Amino acid sequence: MNETSAALEVRNIHKRFGGLEVLRGIDLRAGSGDVITLIGSSGSGKSTLLRCINLLEPPNEGEIIFDGESLALRRARDGTLVAADQQQITRLRAGVGFVFQNFNLWPHMTILENVIEAPRQVLGYSRDRAIADAESLLEKVGLADKRDGYPAFLSGGQQQRAAIARTLAMHPRVILFDEPTSALDPELVTEVLAVIRDLAEEGRTMLIVTHEMRFARDVSTQVVFLHEGRIEEQGPPSKVFESPESPRCREFLASHL
Amino acid sequence: MRWSVILENLPQLLHGAWLTLELVLVSGVLGLAIAVPMAIVRCSRFASVRAFPWVYIYFFRGTPLLVQIFLVYYGLGQSPWVRDSLLWPVLSQAYWCAIIAFTFNTSAYTAEILRGAIQAVPEGEVEAARALGMGRVVTWRRIVLPRAFRIALPAYSNEVILMLKGSALASTITLLDLTGMARTIIARTYTPLEIFLAAGVLYVLITFLILGGFRLVERRLNRHLRPRTGH
Repeated sequence: MNETSAALEVRNIHKRFGGLEVLRGIDLRAGSGDVITLIGSSGSGKSTLLRCINLLEPPNEGEIIFDGESLALRRARDGTLVAADQQQITRLRAGVGFVFQNFNLWPHMTILENVIEAPRQVLGYSRDRAIADAESLLEKVGLADKRDGYPAFLSGGQQQRAAIARTLAMHPRVILFDEPTSALDPELVTEVLAVIRDLAEEGRTMLIVTHEMRFARDVSTQVVFLHEGRIEEQGPPSKVFESPESPRCREFLASHL
Repeated sequence: MRWSVILENLPQLLHGAWLTLELVLVSGVLGLAIAVPMAIVRCSRFASVRAFPWVYIYFFRGTPLLVQIFLVYYGLGQSPWVRDSLLWPVLSQAYWCAIIAFTFNTSAYTAEILRGAIQAVPEGEVEAARALGMGRVVTWRRIVLPRAFRIALPAYSNEVILMLKGSALASTITLLDLTGMARTIIARTYTPLEIFLAAGVLYVLITFLILGGFRLVERRLNRHLRPRTGH
């Protein structure tokens, strides 16, 4: 991997909540086609890191580089870094998909309306084009028959698959998954993981925060173990899962495998 | 009891009921138009921006509607500056004074209802919009406000019903709304029991009409909600 092939890179990310330092200098680089899973115990900062990447959470320090372009940041009054250029952050958010733990579908819209909303409003697609896109995406995640249903009438697994389709509709270069199966009943986890697995096989660039260790081992090109806001162990799954150097990583894996 | 007196005066009572309905509808629509921007500003991150709607809302919620009506009807006319202004043809009419007072009053209550609804929109839904690159304006227009309207609907229907009752105060400034008309008829016929009963029945009918309208709107806008009692 050379310098130019990085789809997404973050440097020296720090994040504090009040006196609590959640991230203490994270550097991470995702080349095109990389599937990076972030593991670690709760409170280790995995989700916060993901949220800092597209500025859902403003970091206190750091640099974010998407598609070779460093995001212009300015310091807000509370000391955090916020986007300095509204067009640039819109470009980043349109190009970096985010899948939430709690799906966050818009309940007043049908599944189809959820999927076409951002392409129409942000990318300026015509209704016909957005619908054509959405239909093939819903087909892909196995929800073609639910297009006119409302989110509240779907199971958790179906809602998460719809949320993935909504993200894919923006044709993102990178997709961030924030514990996509943690809110699901155990029997619904498989169907969502299967969709994410398919995306990995397509060669999409993804960062996935997960507690599903077997899944992480299967799909990742790289596994990152976070502990107390720092990267403690990092490498291909064979190395991290089979011969981790860090005792904390060993401990964590022993209790999660 | 002379029931026939009701029948004899029914056309006039219906006339009054019509004016009541008109007052509620006109000031309701105008009040809503003021309440929406007021509620949005009230949710501003900046305390200095929030201050204006705060003062507005607390003035109208903190004083009696009757006082507000008198302020507009008697108070404004006292000033020569108002009497000489272009607005005088409007402000000299009791009808418009009532509309103005009702509009301001209901807009303040409605703005508070909407503010609560806006704040009740789950943060995650707003984050989803931001994460997809939707800007502030689009997020308000497409996500926050449509969600807030739906959340506010039951409380807002209550506000409209309260406004219907409040509109009886229009009779204190010479308007012949349902209450005003009833009092006029009673002054002539000395049959307060019959006429007030009839007026009360008409108020109940208007209430049902308004609630029915809201039920239709709610069924359409809130069809995305899963019924709480299945099957």
